[in-house]
Amino acid sequence: MTKLLWGRRRPPLGLAATSVLVVALLVSPLALIVAQAAQGGWAKLWAALDRAFVASLLWNTVRLALAVTALAAALGTSMAWLTERTALPGRRAWAALLVVPIVVPDFVLAWTWSSMFPSVHGYWGSVLVMTLHLYPLVYLPMAAAFRASDPGQEEIARALGLTRWQAWLRVSVRQARSTLLGGSLLVCLALLGYYGAFEDLRYQTFTTAIFGEIQTQFSPQVASSLSLVLVGLSVLVLASEAAFSERGVLRRSGPMAQRAQSPAALGRARLPAVCSVAAVVAPAVGFPVFVVVYWLFAGGSSALPAAVSLGAAAGYTALYSALGAAVATVLALPVSLLATRHPSRWSLTLQRSTFAVQAVPGIVIALALVYAASHFIAFAYQSPELLVAAYAVMFFPLGLVAMTASVARASPRLEEVGRSLGKGPVTVRLQVTLPLVAPGLAAAFCFVFLSAATELTATLLLVPTGVQTLATQFWAYAEEGASFGAAAPYAATMMLMSVVPAYLLGRFFDRSLAAEKAGGAQVLGALT
Amino acid sequence: MSTVRLSGISKSYGRLPVLAGLDCEVPEGAVVAVLGKSGSGKTTLLRLVAGFERPDEGTIEIDEDVVDSAQRFVPPERRRVGYVAQEGNLFPHLTVEKNVAFGLSRAERAGGRAEELLALVGLADMGRRYPHQLSGGQQQRVALARALAPRPRVVLLDEPFSSLDAGLRASLRSDVMQLLREQHATTVFVTHDQEEALSVADLVGVMEGGRIRQFAAPEDLYARPLDRTVAEFVGEANILAGHVSSGWADTALGRLRVADALLPNYDGPASVLVRPEQITLRRPAGSSEEPAGTVLQREFYGHDCLLVVGFGATRLRVRCPGRPPAEVGEKVVLSASGEVACWPAPG
Repeated sequence: MTKLLWGRRRPPLGLAATSVLVVALLVSPLALIVAQAAQGGWAKLWAALDRAFVASLLWNTVRLALAVTALAAALGTSMAWLTERTALPGRRAWAALLVVPIVVPDFVLAWTWSSMFPSVHGYWGSVLVMTLHLYPLVYLPMAAAFRASDPGQEEIARALGLTRWQAWLRVSVRQARSTLLGGSLLVCLALLGYYGAFEDLRYQTFTTAIFGEIQTQFSPQVASSLSLVLVGLSVLVLASEAAFSERGVLRRSGPMAQRAQSPAALGRARLPAVCSVAAVVAPAVGFPVFVVVYWLFAGGSSALPAAVSLGAAAGYTALYSALGAAVATVLALPVSLLATRHPSRWSLTLQRSTFAVQAVPGIVIALALVYAASHFIAFAYQSPELLVAAYAVMFFPLGLVAMTASVARASPRLEEVGRSLGKGPVTVRLQVTLPLVAPGLAAAFCFVFLSAATELTATLLLVPTGVQTLATQFWAYAEEGASFGAAAPYAATMMLMSVVPAYLLGRFFDRSLAAEKAGGAQVLGALT
Repeated sequence: MSTVRLSGISKSYGRLPVLAGLDCEVPEGAVVAVLGKSGSGKTTLLRLVAGFERPDEGTIEIDEDVVDSAQRFVPPERRRVGYVAQEGNLFPHLTVEKNVAFGLSRAERAGGRAEELLALVGLADMGRRYPHQLSGGQQQRVALARALAPRPRVVLLDEPFSSLDAGLRASLRSDVMQLLREQHATTVFVTHDQEEALSVADLVGVMEGGRIRQFAAPEDLYARPLDRTVAEFVGEANILAGHVSSGWADTALGRLRVADALLPNYDGPASVLVRPEQITLRRPAGSSEEPAGTVLQREFYGHDCLLVVGFGATRLRVRCPGRPPAEVGEKVVLSASGEVACWPAPG
């Protein structure tokens, strides 16, 4: 009987075992990559790495990561401040527009720029495109942090003799430092994993080199060795976060009621402010949408016969993404339950170790699954299951982040109250726990779906024979060069497909922030 | 209504013992306060009675039914025990009315039981609101209505007023207790606030070291605490050294009557408890042999005041009605009256 109740100290065995299993599953790709790289012996592995080539890749990747992270951080923070803390005309609309780049896949954005302006390529082209694509990863958490920040604290700072500007910088920005750091970290990690955009922009990074090794050199071992370096880079980024970020959570003291913030008047800076926001939205959102729509109507035929129709490609994308999202959500639930309901050092470590998956680029996970399929489960090679598994593993951390606040809201204390009111355990789960967790599960599903539908790198490697998704068919046309008109409908469909889940997700995060600051803070904490 | 009996209850979390052989009997219809410091196991005690957790050892009976023992465990949904937690724990996704109706059968819902209870707690027009639209005090009222709706045999309240601010706490406390008495509900509430325990309970159990140290009516507990720890926990205490023989205690404040049945045949040194309101102060009239001290601190509360008086090597806390009779630095003469409690002094 007792095992039906959530104990306070010892987690139920089933839950703990499931969580351990899930985490083991997630971490296994890394182990596989190490196995594959080491297959020919460590000496050979070292030989594959010890080349000027690796040095140049490292230089390319690091200088790009530094520039883009810095620019995205600056852009994201200033945009967040303008839309959240100033009386910017039309700030709600701008705020909505500023997050749209999330649904424009990196390779589509890069394609629109390079197809219209061939001069946009190489290092500076990549800096431009990647900054425009990735700044929302800083903008979103920073906007939420500014919204949640307590105006009372700035008032106190001003009473202590600081100017408005100083108060903002030394109180609000200072408190959002770990949020900024977290956002920058996400930018850096995402950048390391991209392939399509850099192929478009003719800029070589680790990911494009790994892809080249697989596609043209057929050298999985070299690819694995390069992957190890890439993973090493990502781990370095994650570790730097741990080194810089402040331990300990900032909590609001005193009553939770918070006065509304009064936005700062812009005065004569009004016009420049609007112009600067427009200067971000236009190239990041307006331009790609315009180009896609332009090609949609300009049309254009392709010599390349479509492997599948637009409808079929959309169907496959929806199917695989939905399955991946469902699997990731189901896998994340026990880990989330364990960490929120039975917080202990080991359950939190378990939860955190899944975030390490974020440091493993999609291409590496795909590579590991290909390796696993070809060595251990031959029938699974190029099967839909493998692609779904890749999505589930890659985007697991996103699912976990999205559901955390809701799972925390469905406290076991509420279940107990339900029991004491005469309802059995099953009824209580259905009437209390499920309704409370459901929004989080839906958010997790949307987050993973959205990411999977616009994923290219792993999809290219794992897509089943004879099948094309929107992303891979788009890529086939875009790679061909001139067939912009043929590629455009796939890009448009992909973006449309992600708009709805992205909108729902945005609503969910806004609501949970507004509903309870504590829960919202948790979302933020998990996000960064 | 119902009795609750706990016998030999032990419970540990890992190696940390929380309850160690606790015994307690709550009589039918009584309002019982369990008073203890935080971490003393009060909440655990309630959770065991509710059936949210199981004891390692011991038996729990409600109305002669064994609800928990080595052989038998009745799950919470079949115990008919109402539970109100510190934060109220309302279901955030349900309206106030649906929260209250949660534990009711279809027939009871149709019969308007939820509305009846909301009216009872004074929130008749709040049924359609959601919990986050209510103030803290209103949330606690709803939590109480929800617990009472299915007509529980026992109502358990876990520090139900401690998250509210002082003014609201006092008024809600008396409202709630009045309501519980009108419903003749057997009530157990836990608190760390001695004033709360003494003012509203019929019986108070002082918890310490995983057991009930003393279980008595508030007046007895205050006047005749079992030992110094209990004495200091249930109120302000001046402990004086003295000598007890045949029902009288000789102290620096004079000869005081020992409360009935305490140390009947004892003759020897003792610690004597004198409550602050038992001591009176006045300005010295000329030079006398009477015990005198110097006022060190004064705090004025309106209805009374508290003075700290340096008296020999000790400091005495003295509570006087109305205005402070002396200012800081003044010499005062002290005298004590009424019955005192005492315990044999060690050594």
